[in-house]
Amino acid sequence: MFPVLEAAFLAPGIRRFVMEAPRIARKQKPGQFVILRLHEHGERIPLTIENSDPSRGTISIVVQSVGKTTRLLNSLEAGDAILDVVGPLGKPSDIGKFGTVVVLGGGVGAAMAYPTAAALQRAGNRVLSIIGARTRQLVILERELRAVSEAVYVTTDDGSYGERGLVIDVLRRLMEQGTHIDLVLAVGPIPMMKAVADLTRSPGISTVVSLNPIMIDGTGMCGGCRVLVDGRSQFACVDGPEFDAHKVDFDVLLQRNSMYRGPEREALAEFERDPQAQVDGLRAETCAMEESAT
Amino acid sequence: MKGAQPESANPLSLKERVKLPRQLMLEQPAELRILNFHEVNLGYTEELARQEARRCLECAKPTCMDNCPVGVHVREFVQRIVAGDFAGAASVIREDNVLPGITGRVCPQEDHCESACKLHKKGESLGIGYLERFVADYEQRLGIRHLPAAPPTGKKVAIVGSGPAGLSAAGDLVQRGHGVRVFEALHELGGVLVYGIPEFRLPKQIIRQQIGYMRDMGVEFETDVVVGRTITVDELMQEEGFDAVFVATGAGAPQFLGIPGEHLNGVYSANEFLTRINLMHANEFPAYDQPIVDVRGKDVAVIGGGNTALDAIRSSLRLGARKASILYRRSEAEMPARAEEVKHARQEGVEFHFLTGPIAFLPGAPGWLGAVRCLRMELGEPDASGRRRPQSVPGSEFEVPLSVAVIAVGTSANPIIQSTTPGLDTNPKGYIHADPLTQRTSRIGVFAGGDIVTGSATVILAMGAGRRAARSIHEYLTDGNW
Repeated sequence: MFPVLEAAFLAPGIRRFVMEAPRIARKQKPGQFVILRLHEHGERIPLTIENSDPSRGTISIVVQSVGKTTRLLNSLEAGDAILDVVGPLGKPSDIGKFGTVVVLGGGVGAAMAYPTAAALQRAGNRVLSIIGARTRQLVILERELRAVSEAVYVTTDDGSYGERGLVIDVLRRLMEQGTHIDLVLAVGPIPMMKAVADLTRSPGISTVVSLNPIMIDGTGMCGGCRVLVDGRSQFACVDGPEFDAHKVDFDVLLQRNSMYRGPEREALAEFERDPQAQVDGLRAETCAMEESAT
Repeated sequence: MKGAQPESANPLSLKERVKLPRQLMLEQPAELRILNFHEVNLGYTEELARQEARRCLECAKPTCMDNCPVGVHVREFVQRIVAGDFAGAASVIREDNVLPGITGRVCPQEDHCESACKLHKKGESLGIGYLERFVADYEQRLGIRHLPAAPPTGKKVAIVGSGPAGLSAAGDLVQRGHGVRVFEALHELGGVLVYGIPEFRLPKQIIRQQIGYMRDMGVEFETDVVVGRTITVDELMQEEGFDAVFVATGAGAPQFLGIPGEHLNGVYSANEFLTRINLMHANEFPAYDQPIVDVRGKDVAVIGGGNTALDAIRSSLRLGARKASILYRRSEAEMPARAEEVKHARQEGVEFHFLTGPIAFLPGAPGWLGAVRCLRMELGEPDASGRRRPQSVPGSEFEVPLSVAVIAVGTSANPIIQSTTPGLDTNPKGYIHADPLTQRTSRIGVFAGGDIVTGSATVILAMGAGRRAARSIHEYLTDGNW
C-alpha cells in the first residue's frame, strides 16, 4: 500500500499526487516511470515520475483523466492509498552537457518533460522550454519550468494564453531564426512527437522522445510495449522509454495504442454510470487491506 | 522417518500389481471444460489413490527417487497411501518438496520419476504425479502439518523472484532456521506459476495456499520490488543486511520471430497473452479492467510446440475462439509439450499443423492482423538440440486467415539483474553463470538458479535448483567459506 499524502489539481482533470514510496524515491532518476494498480480488479498503467524527495520518501506523479483508471485515480484524495506502485522503471534520461536544449511538452507531457529539463539545466545546459495546451486553464508546470529554463514559450490552441498555435510552431520559428539547438526533447501526444521528429530530421538536430505504449509488467517480460525503432523491435519498458525520435515508427505506435479502444470506451462508460460507487468500493477495499495488515 | 521402510501394507502379489491397469484421474469432459477456466483434471478419490498406490512394486532400490530433481522419497510416500495414512504420505513428500500441490499438477513426471519406474518397462508406469497431487490436496483439506524448523540462526537471505526456484529455496532455508525474505516484481506472488500457467492446469487457489503455508513457516514476502531497479543486489547485502542473495528471476524476455507484420494489432507474445488472462483476469473483463482482444468467433493460432504454446491455444478456446490452431515448424515427435497436454488439447478441438513455418503476418483491417503466410517445412539433419532441423520447402507458400496470433517460441535472458550487479558473470546468451551443483555465481554471497541460469526449463528443474541453492547457501552461512 502506498499512502497518498497530497492530491492537488494543477488544471481541470489534471492532478499531482505525492505519495509515500521510499524505495522508489531513493532510486528515481529523471525520465523513469512507475506502474501502478489501484485495486484488486485494476489494470496496470505506467506513469512518469515527476519528482521525488528521498528524504521524505515520496514521489510525485501528474495524472490526466483519460480513461477509467486515470479517472478513478484522479478521484482519490490525500489520506487514500494506492494498492501497488512499482518502479522506478525504464532507463533514466541521458543527462549530459549538450549545449542548448529545447524541451517541448505537449499537454500533460510538460510534467513528463519537467524532471529531465531540470536535470539538463543542472548539468549546465541552456534550456528553452515550449509548453502547449488546448486552452489557458490546461497549461501546467509553467512556473516549475521557468525556474530551470532560460525562456519558456507557452502556446494555446485557442490563443487564450501565450501564443495561439502549437508547440511545434515555436520550435519551427526558433529554427528559422537561426537559434543554435544541440538537442530537442519532445514529450506529448504521438502526432506532436512525430511532427517534431519530422521537423528536426533534415537539419539533423538530435531529438529524443519519451514513448507511452501500452504496458503490463514493465520489466521486459511481456513484450506488449514493443515499438519499432530503426526497423527493430524494442521494449519501451526496458530499452526506453526514451528513443531517438528520428528512428521511431510513430505510425506503428499510434496503431498499437489504439488496440483496446473499444474495451477502453466500454470501461469508461461503465465507470461514468456511477463514479462515486467505484471510488467508495476502492476505499472500502484498501481500508479492509490495511486492517488485515495490522 | 523416511529412512525406515515400513512393512508393506500391500495385500497384492507382485504379479497382481503388474496386472493392475493404471488408474485414470477424473477430468472435466472436453465439451464442458472449453466453456470455463476451471481445472481440467479433477484428481483421484481416496479409493482410486489407494488402488493406484497398490501397483507400486516397492523396489529395493527405487530409481524413481533418483530421477526426481528434488529427490522425493516416492516409495515411502506411496507405501503410506497403501496403508491409508495420507497425512503421513504428505509429511514424507514435504521433506523434499515444499510445493507438492503444484508439482503434482505441472511436473512432467513422464520425464523424471515415472520414466524410471519399473512398471514403465512392463506397461504403464505408476501414476506418481497423480498420487502426489492426491496427497497434496488431501493435506490441503486437512490443514498442513508444519515440519519443525531449526532454531533461528540470525542469518538473513534475500530471494529474488517468487517463482518455483525462489519458493523452493525459501522453504528449505526457513526450515534450516534462516530469516528469508522474497522479493517479487509483480503485484502477485508465484512468478510463472501465476502469470504463465493457466487456471485450468494450476488453480491460483493452490498457489495461494502453498504460499500461505510458507508465510506460516516464517517466510516474508515483499511485492512490487524490481531488484535491479527498486533496489540492487549490492544494496540488499550492504544496506539491508542480507547475508546472501539467491537470484531466481526466471527466463524473462519473450522472443519474437523477427518477421514482417509482428507489430500488427492482434499479434501477441505468449507471455503477454497469458499474463493478460492469468495475472490480470482479462477473461473477466469488464469485471477486471485489463482487456484482451476479443477472440469470440474468430480464428486464433499459436506458433510454437511447447507447453506454453498449448496453454495459450487452450486459453483462446476458453475465450471463445472459433478455430484454434497450433503452427509448429517441426513434426509431432519433436514437440517439447507434455503428451498429456497434447492429448487434452486434441480432445478440446485444437488443430495441429506440423512442419509449418510462418514467414509473415499480413494485415486485414488497417493495422490489424488478417492472415499469416507460411512455408511448408521438412526435417533435415539433427541440429545442436539433437532434433532434426526444419528446412523450408521452396515454393510451398500458403496463407491462413487469422485474427489473433500468439508467438510461443521461447524466451531470452532478462538483463535487469546482470546489468546492475557488477562482477556477476553471464554466459554469451546473457544467462547468469552459476555452478551446477552449488548454484554459486561469480559474486561472493550471490547464488542463482532456475531459468535465469539454464534458460526456459520446467517448474521441477527450477525447484531442484532452488533446493541445491538452499543447501549451498546454508553451508556458506554456516562455515563462511566461499
